[in-house]
Amino acid sequence: MPTPKIEYGILAPVLVVLAAAVLAVLVEAFVSRRYRYVVQTTLSFAAIALGLFTVILNKDVSGRFAEGSVAVDGVTIVLQGTILIFALLGLLLIAERGFQSFTAQASTLPGSADEQRALASGLQQTEVFPLTLFAVGGALLFPAANDLITLFVALEVLSLPLYLMAGLSQRRRLLSQEAGLKYFLLGAFSSAFFLFGSAFLYGYAGTTTFDGIKLQITTSPGNDLFLLVGLAMLTVGLLFKVSAAPFHSWTPDVYQGAPTPITAFMAAVTKVAAFGAFLRIFYTTIGGMVWTWRPIIIAISILTMAIGTIIAIAQKDVKRVLAYSAIAHSGFLLTGIVAFNKSGVGATLLYLLTYGFTTLGTFAIVTLVRDAGGEVTDLNRWSGLGKRSPLIAGIFTLFLLALAGIPLTSGFVGKFAIFSAAYESGNISVVIAGVLASAVAAFFYIRIVVLMYFNDPQEDGTSVVIPSPVTAITIGVCAVATLVLGVFPQPVINAVNSLAMFVAG
Amino acid sequence: MNPYVPILVIGAIGFGFAIISVVAGYLTGPRRYNRAKAEAYECGIEPTPPAAGGGRFPIKYFLTAMLFIIFDIEIVFLYPWAVSFDQLGLFGIVEMFLFILTVFVAYTYVWRRGGLEWD
Repeated sequence: MPTPKIEYGILAPVLVVLAAAVLAVLVEAFVSRRYRYVVQTTLSFAAIALGLFTVILNKDVSGRFAEGSVAVDGVTIVLQGTILIFALLGLLLIAERGFQSFTAQASTLPGSADEQRALASGLQQTEVFPLTLFAVGGALLFPAANDLITLFVALEVLSLPLYLMAGLSQRRRLLSQEAGLKYFLLGAFSSAFFLFGSAFLYGYAGTTTFDGIKLQITTSPGNDLFLLVGLAMLTVGLLFKVSAAPFHSWTPDVYQGAPTPITAFMAAVTKVAAFGAFLRIFYTTIGGMVWTWRPIIIAISILTMAIGTIIAIAQKDVKRVLAYSAIAHSGFLLTGIVAFNKSGVGATLLYLLTYGFTTLGTFAIVTLVRDAGGEVTDLNRWSGLGKRSPLIAGIFTLFLLALAGIPLTSGFVGKFAIFSAAYESGNISVVIAGVLASAVAAFFYIRIVVLMYFNDPQEDGTSVVIPSPVTAITIGVCAVATLVLGVFPQPVINAVNSLAMFVAG
Repeated sequence: MNPYVPILVIGAIGFGFAIISVVAGYLTGPRRYNRAKAEAYECGIEPTPPAAGGGRFPIKYFLTAMLFIIFDIEIVFLYPWAVSFDQLGLFGIVEMFLFILTVFVAYTYVWRRGGLEWD
């Protein structure tokens, strides 16, 4: 038996982040409480920065590594870079200390004597930093996985910390813990689907590597029962992760219940990671079966857009509106999978980049609108925000217009790219559905804008707090990215398209 | 013969064993009712009282069980390594060392955070 060969240099982005996560656990164990926050933030930001640096070093790499279980190519590089940038911005929000977003001790009742004691003794959740790093590590490996086992391990490393982080909220504790539990149970359920699918695919191909499965599909007729059942179940597992209908029902509850910095982080990072894996599997591994899967993905894409936009209209909570908007955007992103052509890859990557900045920015602003009891997420109480705080309302309007896909914002560039890719491939139905859904979606985005500018502010203690530097930087970066990608997108489009290439073979 | 037939046979034997055990116990076992029999089975700890008014219950036992799982998983990976130790050579030693190191990081965390103190 030859010794396995591991290319540590090429896997460095993943390894650096995971090593930092392990170190961060040791920091939790040994560093005294007073310095823990400083050490943890320094370590986390350093790890993400070093990760980004190693991704840039890898930029010309294309091949399969670690015994064929990891594929690093242009697509992986773009996705890993995107994930690390969003992780950096998400970490900035998580590092915000002014808002007490995270509970000091989850088992204590809010406002109880136990909690006062926990706060007085200096308990704080700096565990959120190692958990975030583990999630980022899993997210980095997820789009690079070239083997069902690696894919599954990456999925769990990404998901398990998120289940915990969703339940850490300081305020509205029960809602948050309910979100964590729901996310965990449904996540475990979808993992089971994923594993059953993998087992069937192994039964079909006799191997778990993507290359082996692809080879088997090209050499034998693609109507094998094991193959079809395996693919169906694997797809269900992935659709759950990207919150596509009819597997979307966890999304509003989890987005609403989770602490808002965590919602921002997972909305951006998990979407990039999950669609990365989606692209690799559907474009390369089962690309030979495009005539089998395309009608199904078209149907799911249209259903997801419809459910996301129509139900969002009836929502009264800003975080739930954004959650349904995230579902609708999954539908738009699925049109990039439907396209199944060269421009589809680049368009999906570009869309993920534009969407992530915008969504991080919107949730960052949600953390700023507060009253004495914490964040105010009831939309009615956001009325008149434009008069009270023109700057923040203005930036929020920019993000909403970008989510709606109005020209001169990044959202338009992303939507244009992804719809034209689908149009090129001749699948007019998803394009028409996508444009219609965008029009309906524009209604509820604009409604929030109208509410902020044309209604009178209510005197109920709702106010926009002045952001501390960390949150301000996040909002600033996201706003600038949304504008620049909307007005002057060509350099980024060229860079993404030049890299958007899967490893050959 | 279809290679899945032995699996089917094993399945049938397992199923049959479960049914026979239950039926045999039902037919031959003595039936003496007492208080302990009516209590919920809770893996060797006192059944938890109903959480009236958000009453808290100890989770010490679960911490210990989780800690056991850490080492259990470690053994699962150590065993195949031990079998092919000589072929894997230095690579195997280094990788196993890294693996054990991460397990011990988890163990250290539990120890420092008081997970090993019963009271």
